[in-house]
Amino acid sequence: MLHTAFHLGLTVGRTATPEAVQFWILAPLAVIAALGILVVKKAVHSALLMAWVMVTLAIFYIAQDALFLGIVQIVVYTGAVMMLFLFILMLVGVDSSESFVENLKGQRIPAIIAALGLGGLIASLVGRATVAGPAVGLTAANADGNVQGLAKLLFTQYVWAFEVVSALLITAALGAMVLAHSQKVRSPFAQRDLSIARFRKSSLGDAAGLPASGVYARHNAVDVPALLPDGSPAPTSVSQTLRARGDIISSSSFALESIEEQED
Amino acid sequence: MDISNYLYLSVILFTIGALGVLIRRNAIVIFMCIELMLNASNLALVTFSRINGNLDGQVASFFTMVVAACEVVVGLAIIVTIYRSRRSASVDDASLLKN
Amino acid sequence: MRTSSHLVYLIALPLFSAALLLLLGRIADKWGHLLATLISATTFGIGVAEFFSMHSQSGANRAVTQKIFEWISVGNLKVDASLLLDQLSVCFVLLITGVGTLIHIYSIAYMDHDKDRRRFFAYLNLFIAAMLLLVLGDSYLNLYVGWEGVGLASYLLIGFWNQNPAYAVAAKKAFIANRVGDVGLSLAIMISFAQFGTVSFAGVQAGAPHASPVALSAIGAMLLLAAAGKSAQFPLQSWLGDAMAGPTPVSALIHAATMVTAGVYLITRSNFIFDASSTARILVVTVGVITLLFGAIVGTAKDDIKKALAASTMSQIGYMILATGLGPVGYAFAIMHLLTHGFFKAGMFLGAGSVMHGMEDEVNMRKYGGLAKLMPITAVTFGLGYLAILGVPPFAGFYSKDKIIETAFNQGGGKGILLGGAALIGAGITAFYMTRVVVLTFSGARRWKEGAHPHESSILMWAPMVVLAIGSVASGFLLSFGSSLVNWLQPVVNASNSVGGKELMNPWVVSLLALAVVVLGAGYAITKYRTVEAVAPEKVSIFTKAARKDLFQDDVNDALLVKPGKALTLGLVATDNYVIDGAVRLVGWVLSEISDVLRKIQNGYVRTYALIMLAGVFIGALIIWVVTV
Repeated sequence: MLHTAFHLGLTVGRTATPEAVQFWILAPLAVIAALGILVVKKAVHSALLMAWVMVTLAIFYIAQDALFLGIVQIVVYTGAVMMLFLFILMLVGVDSSESFVENLKGQRIPAIIAALGLGGLIASLVGRATVAGPAVGLTAANADGNVQGLAKLLFTQYVWAFEVVSALLITAALGAMVLAHSQKVRSPFAQRDLSIARFRKSSLGDAAGLPASGVYARHNAVDVPALLPDGSPAPTSVSQTLRARGDIISSSSFALESIEEQED
Repeated sequence: MDISNYLYLSVILFTIGALGVLIRRNAIVIFMCIELMLNASNLALVTFSRINGNLDGQVASFFTMVVAACEVVVGLAIIVTIYRSRRSASVDDASLLKN
Repeated sequence: MRTSSHLVYLIALPLFSAALLLLLGRIADKWGHLLATLISATTFGIGVAEFFSMHSQSGANRAVTQKIFEWISVGNLKVDASLLLDQLSVCFVLLITGVGTLIHIYSIAYMDHDKDRRRFFAYLNLFIAAMLLLVLGDSYLNLYVGWEGVGLASYLLIGFWNQNPAYAVAAKKAFIANRVGDVGLSLAIMISFAQFGTVSFAGVQAGAPHASPVALSAIGAMLLLAAAGKSAQFPLQSWLGDAMAGPTPVSALIHAATMVTAGVYLITRSNFIFDASSTARILVVTVGVITLLFGAIVGTAKDDIKKALAASTMSQIGYMILATGLGPVGYAFAIMHLLTHGFFKAGMFLGAGSVMHGMEDEVNMRKYGGLAKLMPITAVTFGLGYLAILGVPPFAGFYSKDKIIETAFNQGGGKGILLGGAALIGAGITAFYMTRVVVLTFSGARRWKEGAHPHESSILMWAPMVVLAIGSVASGFLLSFGSSLVNWLQPVVNASNSVGGKELMNPWVVSLLALAVVVLGAGYAITKYRTVEAVAPEKVSIFTKAARKDLFQDDVNDALLVKPGKALTLGLVATDNYVIDGAVRLVGWVLSEISDVLRKIQNGYVRTYALIMLAGVFIGALIIWVVTV
């Protein structure tokens, strides 16, 4: 009896060949991409791999007669959620990468053991569960169309859960605004304040404004400090931000002596 | 092809997600791994829906997506807040809550 | 049953006056004693009016009740604060307010030089209120309130001069001994609630015939314990002698005439319990007989006049308790003796106070002598009280005490002879020690201290003594003429109207026997104490030594109760310190050690927490997997 059921499960559970081909191509790629999330250094690469996994999953949804979910997966996840991730990544620094030296003692090995062990256990449960019966398929359920079928369920049987979830969504949006809102500790400096500050300083050296950047004859750009009349560079002529990034070119290569040498 | 292969794929992705949560330090990457786990369970739900021949699994999957979206919104807001005060997105830096 | 709306004033007026005098403080110093005396006299007036309105009714119609308010209503326990004035309680109301008023008047003069006279009168009024509540309460719980109230007033008045540590200790001793008795009363109340579902006298009386004998005996024994505490009966008698530390009017009012007789009232009021339980009656007569002999023996050796009178009080209350244990016929005689005793003992205490007042507060009778000529009124009134307590006809004690002796003999058989014989011997010893008091105080050589100028007291003091002396002479005849008191009390204490047992001897024979014993005792005392040393002789028999030491009552209490109690307390303290506190500290220590280890897990890294969570899920799933596969 059990053997017959097992045999039936094997035969009925089998799907059409094109789906099998698609699965065996995409599934390994998804697993590789997922593993890539674990090992790449830069967060932005992780995000791109993640987007790939999500697109793969969307294809699987559509292949399994879940057309609506497939579309939502692409629109909401790869479209909205992943964009949000990338946006935040840009906020906190695209370049932020982490080293792979584990600084928590006894974290990595037990984590691998526990995760793989749990995965193995669930996999063995899946193996035991599916032999019990054949797959029914969604042809009948999707007779009126997948979206219509889902809508019927959502607005009848699950309407209460649907409303609750919508309330949750609104609350989350409000919560995010509250969390991300930052209190201003001081009023921004207006032009008037800045000019007053300039004239009240100990020296009036930059009362008329900071020197403009660039060596006009040779390299007229914002990343080169201006040269003072004595040939030395003026540090205040370039943006502090560029200086912090280390994107400043030294102005010494544009000094007069070298020009004379070139002319000679 | 056995339909349960989708389930095995789901398990594998879930495991990878869990592992990522445990070993990565960047809060945003951890968040993505959590999303991966949620997506893996969504795949399982869609497959169950197909096995059982009704759409309840897909509805559950839909709800999961909505809740995940809420979670992302709030979670990322928290990350931004933490980053603003600590200049770091590493979860190990937010470790003041200890003995 | 008739209701009345002004019974409450009997309690409210003195209570209000006491509160007023205590709250106003020194402002009321000038007129406080007058207000208190006036209030006391007013309550006496109310009492007399109530008595006559009751007298005009017949038999069962005489009792009056007043519900003041609903006091307790919890589940089955429903107690109203309501008052009951019947034939029994009206006797007490008249005694308390009457003697109380006389003693108020006496105290005005006696406490004249005390700067706290106002406080003293406030306490006296508090006592009057509490004692009236005690006798007017219509349930055991109401009685209990008054019972505690008189205990408090007694404590406050014994320790009135609490600047003297010995007096303060005496007050505490009285209070603690009373508490032992109070435990008995509260237990009796609890048992009767458990047994009858009510604590009112009427309810318990209705239920008593159907109750289990064990419960009745238990209630009876507990009531007897309560009575022993309040009335200084064996084995809780030790406090009364020390209670003489209080001002003498207090000794006269509280520790002779009224409060100490509350035990007799309690047993008489609970006659339905004791009528239904012969075990309880045997306990009562045993306690009564032991105490009447105990008190009499102690009285023979006391040189302190007040302590001698206190021992006498103890002995006389022993007679009353004995009478209450003799069945339905005995209650009326107990009350009669209580009333006559109230007159003559209060009178003698006031006389003793008068003597002390004249002798600069000297209490040692060996330092008195020959006072009769200098204090004639005191001597005469004291003498009349003396004749009354001896039971010389036609004085009051003759009617009341002889009736008790007679009823005891009439119990029949060996029991009757034993009880009657003991009562008779007690009468002889009473004659001996009372004669000793009189002889030492009023006759013989003058053995005064230097500088003593004995003189007769003022009219405020001797007038009450005279009134009480008249009572000592006439009350016995009036109360027993035509069996008036017996008939008056019969509806309350002897509802079945039973008569005493077969007469063992003709009443006249008993009286003659008693008289003979009295003459013997008195004669021996006269010959023995014709001449006496001013200092108590040291070479005395072992019995005298024992009697001087109150038959070792304090040593017995010390050995049986105080020392084991102290040891128990020390043991409990040690148990508390080492076992209980130790257990608590151990738990704390173990937890703190465990936490010291466990808190290392709390490293603050969220990834570690996540790992622990996942490992937990893994292990849980593994267990389920292993179990189900």
